Amino acid sequence: MKRRVSPAESVAAHAVMVIAVAFALYPVLWVVALAFSGARPPAPHVLPLPTSPTLRPLLDVGGASRDGTWLFGRQLMNSIVVALATAGVGVGIAIPAAYALARFTVLGKEGGVRALLATQMFPTVASAVPLYLLLDALGLLNSRTGLVVCYASTSVPFAIFQLRAAFEAIPADLEEAAMVDGATRFEAFLRVVLPAARPAIAVTALFAFMSAYNEFILAATLLGREEMFTLPVVLQRFVGEYDAQWEHFAAGALVVSIPVMALFYVAQRHLVAGLTSGGVKG
Amino acid sequence: MASVHVRDLRKRFGKTEVLKGVSVEVPNGSFAVLVGPSGCGKSTLLRTLAGLEEADEGTIHFDDRDVTRLAPRDRDIAMVFQSYALYPHLTVRDNLAFGLRLRKTPEAEIAARVAEASETLGLGPLLERLPKALSGGQRQRVAMGRAIVRRPSLFLFDEPLSNLDAALRAQVRVDIRKLHDRLGATSVYVTHDQVEAMTLADVIFVLNKGVVEQAGAPLEVFDRPATKFVAAFLGSPAMNFVDVRIERAEGGFRAAGQRGLSVALDAATFGDSLEDGRAAVLGVRPHEVELGEGGVSLAVDLVEALGPESYAHGDLGGGAFVARLDASSPVKKGEALPIRLRTVHLFDKETGTSLRGAR
Ligand SMILES: Nc1ncnc2c1ncn2[C@@H]1O[C@H](COP(=O)(O)OP(=O)(O)OP(=O)(O)O)[C@@H](O)[C@H]1O
Ligand SMILES: [Mg+2]
Repeated sequence: MKRRVSPAESVAAHAVMVIAVAFALYPVLWVVALAFSGARPPAPHVLPLPTSPTLRPLLDVGGASRDGTWLFGRQLMNSIVVALATAGVGVGIAIPAAYALARFTVLGKEGGVRALLATQMFPTVASAVPLYLLLDALGLLNSRTGLVVCYASTSVPFAIFQLRAAFEAIPADLEEAAMVDGATRFEAFLRVVLPAARPAIAVTALFAFMSAYNEFILAATLLGREEMFTLPVVLQRFVGEYDAQWEHFAAGALVVSIPVMALFYVAQRHLVAGLTSGGVKG
Repeated sequence: MASVHVRDLRKRFGKTEVLKGVSVEVPNGSFAVLVGPSGCGKSTLLRTLAGLEEADEGTIHFDDRDVTRLAPRDRDIAMVFQSYALYPHLTVRDNLAFGLRLRKTPEAEIAARVAEASETLGLGPLLERLPKALSGGQRQRVAMGRAIVRRPSLFLFDEPLSNLDAALRAQVRVDIRKLHDRLGATSVYVTHDQVEAMTLADVIFVLNKGVVEQAGAPLEVFDRPATKFVAAFLGSPAMNFVDVRIERAEGGFRAAGQRGLSVALDAATFGDSLEDGRAAVLGVRPHEVELGEGGVSLAVDLVEALGPESYAHGDLGGGAFVARLDASSPVKKGEALPIRLRTVHLFDKETGTSLRGAR
């Protein structure tokens, strides 16, 4: 039953929403204001407006270069490439594992799943030192590959959980129908199960991307050369011990957010839930 | 088109044996119905025919081709699932074309076959929709369409009507039978609904606990049930059963029950199985009863008037009994109604096998 909403109620509802949004956005607006501030240090006040507005901080951060290479561009690419590769590798490993756990009788299934869950209990810092030694031995310190290996391995367990649940929610009937229709088991998986699980896969990949893109501790530990830095490490350097360049930090944060926003915009379409509804039963 | 020959099929899941030596013969082009109560193994048998379950023992032949160990896709079958199992990410058109695309059918041929099937089933306006935008009845038709575009030699149906409401079910039942008559392909149809079984089948297989209790033409099975189980399963309201003893009487045998029940038994029908003192179960269908002085009386305790007919519930020979009467019959609660039993069945008290035919 839909009830007609009175104008007073509508106004009240909107007022609450505007306040809630403003509350959530206030710190973000401050960052935006800082990023366009010319004064050092930027003076704090109530309204998030830049003091002596300028593009200086953005240009400083974005234009940073060394030995003729565009440093910031390179660092941005590091972040994006590492995050994309993490999402690809992590989800790529998790999909077959999750499918097997969802559909087949696997020896030691429950024990294995519990062990997988247990790996999630340890904070990343706990493994930073051993990972450093391992990557050093493999000659992968200071490389994107090394970082991707670490990130992917930490994102796989969670991805397996997510995807296993998604595969379990897809009725076995669908695959059987495909097999009767002429598909091999693998074709049925490829042409029916994967498309039906697409929203879950997109969410899982996005999650892996985000955690890699935002990760700081491992990146700071494993990367020593400035041109290998990912953006969280770069940002952290702006607010060092002696000299906090808040306007540069804010400008960097702004730039860092752009790829993420773009990604969410693109992914939106795939995230629409309920794609499986309607295939089975009425 | 193919004939189906299933010999001595056995299937177990873990410790439970679900099919205990099932043999089924379906002639080319006929419509076979597997019917039985829930859990008797109908779906398992059908899925074994499809190749979705592997038989532990026994063989399956389509014509003289041994398909027992073939993958589903190599069996040239199409199946309509109870859940319909439409591919959720594909439009109706692509759902129909899915199997043909997998088999690398030329696109022109696919388009022609999809057009033909959608014409037959009235799917035209739905072709560009996704399954989630369809009603239950429409999904059911798409599932049928997906099967017929394939032009398989064997159709398998697993309770395709059970998710439809009663009115639609009756309609689609008729449509399925008409479609079968037009296409002429062999069909195996699973249901637990005896009305579907009786109306659709050329040949009916009554399954119970993993064995075929009886096979035959629907009316033959209905009229001459081989076991008490079959007799009870087919027919609505169900057959009445009364415990009796067979006794020698003047000029033949009679079945004697409690409360003075006494029914003469026809020696030509029951032959040698009539032995003095044998414990048996007398079976009478509600519609095989008519009003009249015949030595039997029904102590009526409830009358259901349905309009065209009435059902008198009561006690006969110490057991609950239902008699179908014409609506005009003047029957009242509490009355001792004199009735005649037109046809009676006799079953062995222990094994439940019919005592008819043991001539
Ligand atoms: N994959 C399976 N694993 C274990 N047991 C199973 C499996 N499939 C079916 N069974 C069991 O086998 C028996 C027969 O199942 P089946 O699905 O063939 O019954 P059915 O006659 O189709 O019943 P219904 O009318 O309820 O669909 C049931 O007891 C069921 O629990
Ligand atoms: Mg079933």
